[in-house]
Amino acid sequence: MIHSLFLINASGDIFLEKHWKSVVSRSVCDYFFEAQERASEAENVPPVISTPHHCLLSVYRHKIFFVAVIQTEVPPLFVIEFLHRVVDTFQDYFGVCSEVMIKDNVVVVYEVLEEMLDNGFPLATESNILKELIKPPTILRTVVNTITGSTNVGDQLPTGQLSVVPWRRTGVKYSNNEAYFDVIEEIDAIIDKSGSTVTAEIQGVIDACVKLTGMPDLTLSFMNPRLLDDVSFHPCVRFKRWESERILSFIPPDGNFRLLSYHVSAQNLVAIPVYVKHNISFRDSSSLGRFEITVGPKQTMGKTIEGVMVTSQMPKGVLNMSLTPSQGTHVFDPVTKLLTWDVGKINPQKLPNLKGSMNLQAGTSKPDENPTINLQFKIQQLAISGLKVNRLDMYGEKYKPFKGIKYMTKAGKFQVRT
Amino acid sequence: MTDSKYFTTTKKGEIFELKAELNSDKKEKKKEAVKKVIASMTVGKDVSALFPDVVNCMQTDNLELKKLVYLYLMNYAKSQPDMAIMAVNTFVKDCEDPNPLIRALAVRTMGCIRVDKITEYLCEPLRKCLKDEDPYVRKTAAVCVAKLHDINAQLVEDQGFLDTLKDLISDSNPMVVANAVAALSEIAESHPSSNLLDLNPQSINKLLTALNECTEWGQIFILDCLANYMPKDDREAQSICERVTPRLSHANSAVVLSAVKVLMKFMEMLSKDLDYYGTLLKKLAPPLVTLLSAEPELQYVALRNINLIVQKRPEILKHEMKVFFVKYNDPIYVKLEKLDIMIRLASQANIAQVLAELKEYATEVDVDFVRKAVRAIGRCAIKVEQSAERCVSTLLDLIQTKVNYVVQEAIVVIKDIFRKYPNKYESVIATLCENLDSLDEPEARAAMIWIVGEYAERIDNADELLESFLEGFHDESTQVQLQLLTAIVKLFLKKPTETQELVQQVLSLATQDSDNPDLRDRGYIYWRLLSTDPVAAKEVVLAEKPLISEETDLIEPTLLDELICYIGTLASVYHKPPSAFVEGSRGVVHKSLLPRTGSSESVESPESAPSAGQAAEQPAVIPAQGDLLGDLLNLDLAPPVSGPPLAAPVQMGAVDLLGGGLDSLVGCLAGVWVWLRSDVGGSPAMGAGGGGGFTAPGPAAPAAMGAPLSSGLGDLFDLTGGVGTLSGSYVAPKTVWLPAMKAKGLEISGTFSRQVGSICMDLVLTNKALQVMSDFAIQFNRNSFGLAPAAPLQVHAPLAPNQSVEISLPLNTVGSVMKMDPLNNLQVAVKNNIDVFYFSTLYPLHILFVEDGKMERQMFLATWKDIPNENEAQFQIKDCSLNADAVSSKLQGSNIFTIAKRNVEGQDMLYQSLKLTNGIWVLAELRIQPSNPSFTLSLKCRAPEVSQYIYQAYDAILKN
Repeated sequence: MIHSLFLINASGDIFLEKHWKSVVSRSVCDYFFEAQERASEAENVPPVISTPHHCLLSVYRHKIFFVAVIQTEVPPLFVIEFLHRVVDTFQDYFGVCSEVMIKDNVVVVYEVLEEMLDNGFPLATESNILKELIKPPTILRTVVNTITGSTNVGDQLPTGQLSVVPWRRTGVKYSNNEAYFDVIEEIDAIIDKSGSTVTAEIQGVIDACVKLTGMPDLTLSFMNPRLLDDVSFHPCVRFKRWESERILSFIPPDGNFRLLSYHVSAQNLVAIPVYVKHNISFRDSSSLGRFEITVGPKQTMGKTIEGVMVTSQMPKGVLNMSLTPSQGTHVFDPVTKLLTWDVGKINPQKLPNLKGSMNLQAGTSKPDENPTINLQFKIQQLAISGLKVNRLDMYGEKYKPFKGIKYMTKAGKFQVRT
Repeated sequence: MTDSKYFTTTKKGEIFELKAELNSDKKEKKKEAVKKVIASMTVGKDVSALFPDVVNCMQTDNLELKKLVYLYLMNYAKSQPDMAIMAVNTFVKDCEDPNPLIRALAVRTMGCIRVDKITEYLCEPLRKCLKDEDPYVRKTAAVCVAKLHDINAQLVEDQGFLDTLKDLISDSNPMVVANAVAALSEIAESHPSSNLLDLNPQSINKLLTALNECTEWGQIFILDCLANYMPKDDREAQSICERVTPRLSHANSAVVLSAVKVLMKFMEMLSKDLDYYGTLLKKLAPPLVTLLSAEPELQYVALRNINLIVQKRPEILKHEMKVFFVKYNDPIYVKLEKLDIMIRLASQANIAQVLAELKEYATEVDVDFVRKAVRAIGRCAIKVEQSAERCVSTLLDLIQTKVNYVVQEAIVVIKDIFRKYPNKYESVIATLCENLDSLDEPEARAAMIWIVGEYAERIDNADELLESFLEGFHDESTQVQLQLLTAIVKLFLKKPTETQELVQQVLSLATQDSDNPDLRDRGYIYWRLLSTDPVAAKEVVLAEKPLISEETDLIEPTLLDELICYIGTLASVYHKPPSAFVEGSRGVVHKSLLPRTGSSESVESPESAPSAGQAAEQPAVIPAQGDLLGDLLNLDLAPPVSGPPLAAPVQMGAVDLLGGGLDSLVGCLAGVWVWLRSDVGGSPAMGAGGGGGFTAPGPAAPAAMGAPLSSGLGDLFDLTGGVGTLSGSYVAPKTVWLPAMKAKGLEISGTFSRQVGSICMDLVLTNKALQVMSDFAIQFNRNSFGLAPAAPLQVHAPLAPNQSVEISLPLNTVGSVMKMDPLNNLQVAVKNNIDVFYFSTLYPLHILFVEDGKMERQMFLATWKDIPNENEAQFQIKDCSLNADAVSSKLQGSNIFTIAKRNVEGQDMLYQSLKLTNGIWVLAELRIQPSNPSFTLSLKCRAPEVSQYIYQAYDAILKN
């Protein structure tokens, strides 16, 4: 099982270590540092590193490496999932997950880690339960604690921990009962030079914010559940009913949670809401290149595309760029060669355009690689897959809750090759 | 007001100050002080000096303070064992607390204090907690058993905690069940023989019920445990699959992958005709695809596993090629894995798309990735024949870019394409030659030289090109030197008139100026070959090469099957069995896929590799490495008569050609081998893993190519052995059994032998008396294996003084049985006209090894697992300098059959079986380290008392 955890910052300092079994010397991290040195960027450090006596599994989040040490054969996904859970928990507790924040709350962090694993076995990883065991620090509580001498450690066994619905605490009370569901879809796509789609898929999630009194039992049904053939559920969803009736039936956790994530695969036709017209040419002889891109709407179902952002990693040979955008702002960083264009909204009547010239390093030949354009955008009130919620019903409680459903489509990894 | 204040230090000295605070009367101050101590601890400062002061704070009602002190204790108790005893009382008291949280906390913390003295006190409270009314306490206690076992295994067994833990599998609370399973699994890992997780249909049912209700982590433990279960028939397998399938929709990817493992494993048992089989295949694809949209670290692990799944069951993901297309900002480790899977999935249907993608990747920035992409294009060409032309033109396009590393990679793969499709794409040679000067990597240079040598007759200035390389001969790497040597010899054989000088130059460079033995030997062989018989030289050097095939980089099927059982574990990430990297691998049990109960399946299972006869007729294309290995094993180990008919010609040929000029046969064979092996710079197999790609003359190819993992020399020995095994098992020299003094002048010496299934006692009777002897008869006492004379002792004429007679007495094993001590003791009575004489002798056990002692591979694995570990005996065979193949052929002569051979971290492992005349099977694992003359022999047998004698037999056979 998980032996130890080391937190390492970008400059390679171990700023926290926690051992769940015997103490493992921090020198084991030397192997990690070696791998870090070899990798050109932090993102490229391999997640599984074997050493003579241990295995190091790491994730890189918020500019921190979370490095778990294991000694026996343990499913690596189990460890990585757990590390993600640690990151999520820190974020949940402290708002942001950063080195400063962790150092500021080191005792709470330590207490939380101790609750999450026992001898390397996961103990309490649901944030609902953790928060009952160890209260998250708030300014108010810190002040109160200082005055009254009370503590932020709960002394009661969390009630939900052993019930059939471990994700929900009992005795929840709200004066306003409300349940909100956000259907969020991200499009991952690769578009080739000519504008045709190489691959496109949709990663969708339904995030919920449920604040309902008591033990409500909800059902959520869809207009077109056939779209959902590849789904992952929150443990609260009753799988049998989904299998037989294609209805989501569940007792929700209290507060924010991810009810469902789904995947609409590349085999279905995925509508691509934007197009990019580009004309990037490096001329061989002169030291000037031409650069022009235009972004326009494609299949948007009549909705506006907003929050458009274009980034592109230019080849090393590009010294500088002088560009004029028709709207928005653009930045070219001559050191990292990263071009960023914050476009904003797309007005279909007047398509945003960025045009100008590139200064190329004199005397060198044409760059080998063409820059890839990464695109970000958002479309409100639209789930691009066409998924639609039919109705939401509540059983088991008498009151009438307030219900709301929101749709949104975003770009995930959306790349245009030039 | 943050915790960072705990990190500030003052001038006075931190420890001193903290000590004062810890002993303060004020509760608040105490707590703050403990927090400071904990803060120092987290950053790795040593605060162990404060131990007594912190322990003093333990007796408190304040839960936070208590927890903090516990945290401290866990960290430092080990360094202060005597002090830690001070804490015991509080623990014991807390275990009785009315609050279950405190009870659980106490038992949990106590288990983490790794001090022997404390563990003794822990037993009683732990026993109570395992039976606690509160499930939270029970589940904590279950984990505590595992902790305790880690510290003191004996104690846990003596106290009967393991049984209590097993009982918890039937607990009413699913969380308790999950933790019990987790704890048992962890204990079982260090105790493989203990049968802790002996599952039966009832307990399986309980686990499946708990699976639906416990936490995600619990589900992982339960699924991993289920995967070790062996369903009794396909029905049970299907019903388990049905109940596990919903886990594929879990949000936790580790749960999904563990479920995939269970399904992949149990699917083996389902008949392919079943509707359910098809349904299951369809259900497996989406969750695997979904794993690829997760964070990159998860993707990486998923991809490594998918790589295995795609090799085992390509049909699952054959339509999902696009999800493996590489995204620009994927981390490099994800990119490389995706590329690998793309090639595995490439088929005629999608090759156009794949090629377009690969070409795109070849213009990216990351050098490693670009190289691999170029290589991938070559692999596509070899894999999908229809695409070869397009691949070649793509590669030519890439060569035109003149990007140095792209050109070099392209040349390396074009060489492989030439080997797969000879005489088809030679038109591109001109383009390749243009880039000769830009090649600076050995592999690319060697590839180019190979091409020039191979097609010397079509390249006008081949001699000039090769000569230009020759100038810096000594600065080249060995790979290039060897290739250059061969290429020039080829050139000479093709255009003898104008290149005589060149060949002499290279031969003298190789033989006189080089201190690399490989190069020198190859040089000498060529030299002698050319000077003795140029026609033969032509035949050997310019022999037609066997084609290479795409599957050279597949994982060997038995290993693949084993790895499939380890889906989701580290083994699946490393693509190595756990025995190869887990510390103290003694505990690792080899897993294998379950046999299918359906009828029609045996045809395609990896075990049923073609028989020797089929293997001989194999086409010239070299099949997958793994298959071949299997074939070769079958071929070698088949009864000698049907043995390797194709091995003989190669050996004879080699001897005929070269034998005369060389000092010794061995040297000759070794030399040829080296040369055969390295003739081709780097076929895909070589590139992939240091295996050997090589050319060998004509019909011998399939056999010779078969064992790329083993050393070359051994292979030849192997072949020799294969031919030589006709002679029967090893026979020890005769020894005197009955001296003349004791038998009134009759001296008997003898030995035992086994030939073609019959056992013989070879006797020499000598008359050292002064009178004639006659009327001989022989009788055996009852003995362990029922050995008895099958015919009377026939001495035809009376034995005159000073005369000897040699008699071969056939024996059978149908006599009456009595266990002797030592086991192989045989008491014999010989009668003649003078008297009756008694003597006893020890027979070597290998005369009892029967010819059909070869176990099926599956059987072997199952039996090995089945025989309890107590029955395993280990021996050292010292001072034996044979290599693995020689050993295995030698042993085979005495009916010890090698079932599988594996190379693990440089040591060869032979898995062998033998059967005794009374039906006792003995399984053996022989570990051979190349540098170490002493072998390790592990024997497993249901009748462990024979092990020692088997070892003696091994020892005798190997040393003679």
